[in-house]
Amino acid sequence: MSVERRKFLKLAGLTAIGVAGGLSAKALAQEAGLVDTAAATVGDTAETPSSPLRAKRWAMVIDVKKCREAGNCTECQKACHLVHNVPEFDNPKDEVKWIWREPFGNAFHDQEHEHLPEDVKHTMTPVLCNHCDNPPCVRVCPTQATWKREQDGIVMMDWHRCIGCRYCVAACPYGSRSFNWRDPRPHIKKIQADFPTRTRGVVEKCTFCEERLVRGQLPACVTACKAGAMKIGDLEDPDSEVRKLLAERFSVRRKPALGTQPEVYYVL
Amino acid sequence: MLEHALRGDKRYWSWVIALMAVMGAGVLFYLRQYNVGLGITGLGRDITWGFYIAQFTFMVGVAASAVMVVLPYYLHNYKAFGKITILGEFVAIGSVIVCMTFIFVDMGQPFRIVNVFLYPTPHSMMFWDTVALGGYLVLNIIISHVTLGAERKSIAPPTWIKPIIILSIPWAISIHTVTAFLYAGLAARPFWMTAILAPRFLASAFSAGPALLILVCFILRRFTKFDAGREPIQKVAQIVTYAMAVNLFFVGMEFFTVLYSNIPEHMSHFQYLFLGLEGADNLVPWMWVSVILGIVSLGMLTVPETRQNDQTLILACVMLFVSLWIDKGLGLIIAGFIPNPLHHVVDYVPTIPELGISFAIYAMGLLIITGLYKIALSVRKQLG
Repeated sequence: MSVERRKFLKLAGLTAIGVAGGLSAKALAQEAGLVDTAAATVGDTAETPSSPLRAKRWAMVIDVKKCREAGNCTECQKACHLVHNVPEFDNPKDEVKWIWREPFGNAFHDQEHEHLPEDVKHTMTPVLCNHCDNPPCVRVCPTQATWKREQDGIVMMDWHRCIGCRYCVAACPYGSRSFNWRDPRPHIKKIQADFPTRTRGVVEKCTFCEERLVRGQLPACVTACKAGAMKIGDLEDPDSEVRKLLAERFSVRRKPALGTQPEVYYVL
Repeated sequence: MLEHALRGDKRYWSWVIALMAVMGAGVLFYLRQYNVGLGITGLGRDITWGFYIAQFTFMVGVAASAVMVVLPYYLHNYKAFGKITILGEFVAIGSVIVCMTFIFVDMGQPFRIVNVFLYPTPHSMMFWDTVALGGYLVLNIIISHVTLGAERKSIAPPTWIKPIIILSIPWAISIHTVTAFLYAGLAARPFWMTAILAPRFLASAFSAGPALLILVCFILRRFTKFDAGREPIQKVAQIVTYAMAVNLFFVGMEFFTVLYSNIPEHMSHFQYLFLGLEGADNLVPWMWVSVILGIVSLGMLTVPETRQNDQTLILACVMLFVSLWIDKGLGLIIAGFIPNPLHHVVDYVPTIPELGISFAIYAMGLLIITGLYKIALSVRKQLG
């Protein structure tokens, strides 16, 4: 399926939801206390009309030092998981995660050594899909249910086409893909009406909040981060915030030797 | 010819009914998995492929091994295999169907599996594996149907079948090679990222599969009037011996590369399998049993006295088959996931429903092979 057709279907779908009572359904659900407007919790509202944010190549820079100084909080994870209807399970086996925190030694296993400063060792590093330029998950998917968007490099996921073979999960060197081992819906605390929930048996992952970028909003994690540790921007634009950060500070990427060209950068 | 499978004595029907009972239980377990999701298996966020995919991988080998009797018979005109070639081909048919069913039950959205054909994806090894397995099944069905049909009419098989038989030889190699490529190309999983994985797969297949065929011949001799004869069994035993020697040599290569290079990312998986890692050690006793059975069985097969004695040959074949089943059907797939890419160590145990479904799939394979053998042996009996 071409990018144009996907785009069309998505636009058509969104329009249909909006027109055919999606809003009133949301209002009803809100009244019943079942749902919450996701956007409100991350500082802005979905209804704000704004021009789409565009980039030739979206990339993220995470200032891990700021995470540390902010006491390794979990605001990014909470916001992301809330707006995207990510379920919460009691056991780690069934877990679904889009963005979460890992000890430095787990996120950067090949960079760890015993004489690292204590605070670095104990930094909880936010990890998410790296939106690789050379994504192994896309290479292995037998149905093209996951693909890299040509216009901005975001690695996308089609939950309606995914057959649940989990080949992409086996191929991702970052453990960034989750599978719905059980029906996620009963495990979503408050369902957000403006984002789809998933069914069991499909893979899902972070999509750099492409649904927010197109509405002119920054990703939920970036907005939610009180420390300002997360920046997103156009890697191809020399004046972008991410490029400036990368020019000023020393940065690392996860498992660079694998040649996947991850587009999430960490400054320590 | 199918009517032959529907006529049989009491013993035949009790065997068939027993298999069907196991299959019925499996269907109930599968319905539960279908309704709840793969969460009822031992799989989870860290170990995403397990018992099902491991059985698929092992059985691809059993399917591919038919080539070890097809090749000498058709390519080198080795007449002694005339009686057992069709048995090998029928094992291949049953095994490929077993493989496909294991893949099917491992899918999160099984009825979307048609998407593999609706959106053919040449850069995915899974697409090529589907093509290879499907093609191999079709080839074996055509070949066995045509050759057995000709045998029934006591005429020579038509000449057009010969190129198809020749094609089935490299095709058999391809199914296990492409299956190895499923794993060997993943930078995320250092345990599988070895160029020797496909050769290893073939060597283990060409020993485990023919060993099974030997056992089948002895079972048929015990329970039916069919006797494969001493020469073909002894010849297959030699094939098993050489293939097993090559297989153990290849495994030794893996050990050398990993242990001498000392790369932690590669070593940790071997540590998990043979010593245990951070408290995770479910497979340690299994793997040692596999190594010991593998070495002892090769020894027994190499010594002419124990290879030529029916009792010790049977014992060696059982030990070899179990050894390779543990290696591929338990260790190989699971160890790829432990430790995970974030270096967390989580152990895996298949659950009762997972095992129930797996037993049912194996029972189905046995039922298919039983039916096909019944047909072949009845045809031969009529011929006298």
